[in-house]
Amino acid sequence: MNEITQRFGKHLGGCFILLVLFWLAGLVLVPNLTMLDFALRPNLPAAQLGGPKDGYLLDNFLYLWNHPSHGWIFLKTVWSSALVTVLTFVICYPIAYWLGQVSTPRQTSALLVLLTVPYLMNEVLRGLSWYIILAFDGPLNAALVHLGLLSEPVRWYGDGGVLAGMAYAYLLFMLLPIYNAVSTLDHAQIDAARDLGAGTVRIHRRVVLPHAKVGIATGCVFTFMLAAGSYMAPALLGAPGSRWFTQLIYDWFFESGNWNRGAAYGVTLLVLCLIAVLGMLRLFQVNLTSAVK
Amino acid sequence: MTNVSTPASNPVRPVSAGRLKTRASRVLDRLPRLAFRLYFAFFLTYLLLPLLILAAATFNRSSFPTIVPWLGTTDMWIAALFRDAEMLKALGSSAVIAAGVIAISLPVGTAAALVLTSLHGRARNILYALMVSPLLTPGVVIGIATLLFWRKVGIGGGVALSILAQSSFIISFVMLMVAARLQRFDRTMEDAALGLGASRIYVFRRILLPFLRPALVGACFIAFLQSFENYNTTLFVRGTETPLTIFIASKVRAGLTPVVNALGLVMMITTLAGAIAWEVIRRRKRIAAGPAT
Repeated sequence: MNEITQRFGKHLGGCFILLVLFWLAGLVLVPNLTMLDFALRPNLPAAQLGGPKDGYLLDNFLYLWNHPSHGWIFLKTVWSSALVTVLTFVICYPIAYWLGQVSTPRQTSALLVLLTVPYLMNEVLRGLSWYIILAFDGPLNAALVHLGLLSEPVRWYGDGGVLAGMAYAYLLFMLLPIYNAVSTLDHAQIDAARDLGAGTVRIHRRVVLPHAKVGIATGCVFTFMLAAGSYMAPALLGAPGSRWFTQLIYDWFFESGNWNRGAAYGVTLLVLCLIAVLGMLRLFQVNLTSAVK
Repeated sequence: MTNVSTPASNPVRPVSAGRLKTRASRVLDRLPRLAFRLYFAFFLTYLLLPLLILAAATFNRSSFPTIVPWLGTTDMWIAALFRDAEMLKALGSSAVIAAGVIAISLPVGTAAALVLTSLHGRARNILYALMVSPLLTPGVVIGIATLLFWRKVGIGGGVALSILAQSSFIISFVMLMVAARLQRFDRTMEDAALGLGASRIYVFRRILLPFLRPALVGACFIAFLQSFENYNTTLFVRGTETPLTIFIASKVRAGLTPVVNALGLVMMITTLAGAIAWEVIRRRKRIAAGPAT
């Protein structure tokens, strides 16, 4: 506190502190605490609020526990998000390495422009393009049948569609951090390893990957969080059999009108992401300050 | 030269690098490069083909956006775009929200970066974790939490609530960008100006703000793009308002026509032009700054 008023004076410093307070309290902390408060209370008509039935209970969380179909969707969301994370990593790592160590400056900037265009456009349009491709009468089925790889069209909407759409939608969030990390590696280290007799696999395992650790951690953290919290991809590319946890939350709010239970599901999703973030940071032995820059 | 490359005509090949190479091992040597080329082609296809199909479907006469079967080339859907009152209204709604988000997140994000960089040690780490936490929170959860709290205060779903909810995490982006620039700020300049009798507000206005200008311009773009493309958070706080992403997604469920593709095409061309312009300006600046940087 003192440092700030000393540096900027009472008026300016006070103004800064007020703005930060408005953000952290009004838009971050208190809303999340309100969500927790809602999650722990039963869903009552306005007249009964504060009455004998009102109070803190775990009912809304137990509902999730007691309904295997919802619990199953939760587990599937976790598992699929992890799969999306691994898939995007596998797709991105070679490109990130090429961008960071091999390509010429001109190639780098050309590819970066090509990469940014789909991601400056909005997420819904990215999903929409996959919606068109994967349609039953769409180009993918037409091409595969034409080439003789399929004897009849396949219904792609569902788990496969969601996975493809998500990997596509969040590619850049994995690629950019890894590219940033790889590009800071001195190429002489790779040459040295090669001169000492290391093969390609070993160079990546012992030199490049450890160096890119921070970028990989950042990419994984963001991709997992975005996938687990996505509503667009499952809504557009899913089928009734591939429901996502966020769709359950939406339904509690706007279909069933049970905001308390929706809040409990929201808290569950938040805790899941918190555990995933902390777990991954620990796994990669990276601290938050270097992971999110 | 020709003899060297054909072992049959010249059984005793000159041994280069102390190692005999059979044809099989030479093919093996090229295999990784070939595999990478294939993979690179696959990557570019995966990245760009969806967008090309999205764009191409704009010109198909078919009333559902697709490229198979091709029912004839037309520009009717582009013409229809500029007559679509609903879509233009959605565009306006998104623009108002984005303007509001910029108006809030630039000053608050700057204040947050200044407060953060004035602190040291443990306080700074805790504050940092708190300030980046919205980036690690799923968008759906931010939407719910904002809705639950601000409705209690009397602000229900709509433009104002969308601005607040989006600002909650977009401020984090602004904070990070400004903080990155601040790392290169020379604090002795402040002290010198104060020593020469400038007031603290004058120092802020004439030294710190001009120094931060590039970061603020960048942050302004990021804030706009993030707000404009947001779907997951806005879905929960929009009330009866229909910003562009919500509008497109609702079209997908009920009555999708290539008008949406026409919109995608316009956005794609705009962003491509913007990205290239940005890259050109950056390169010019780098050349102007001298070959050393």
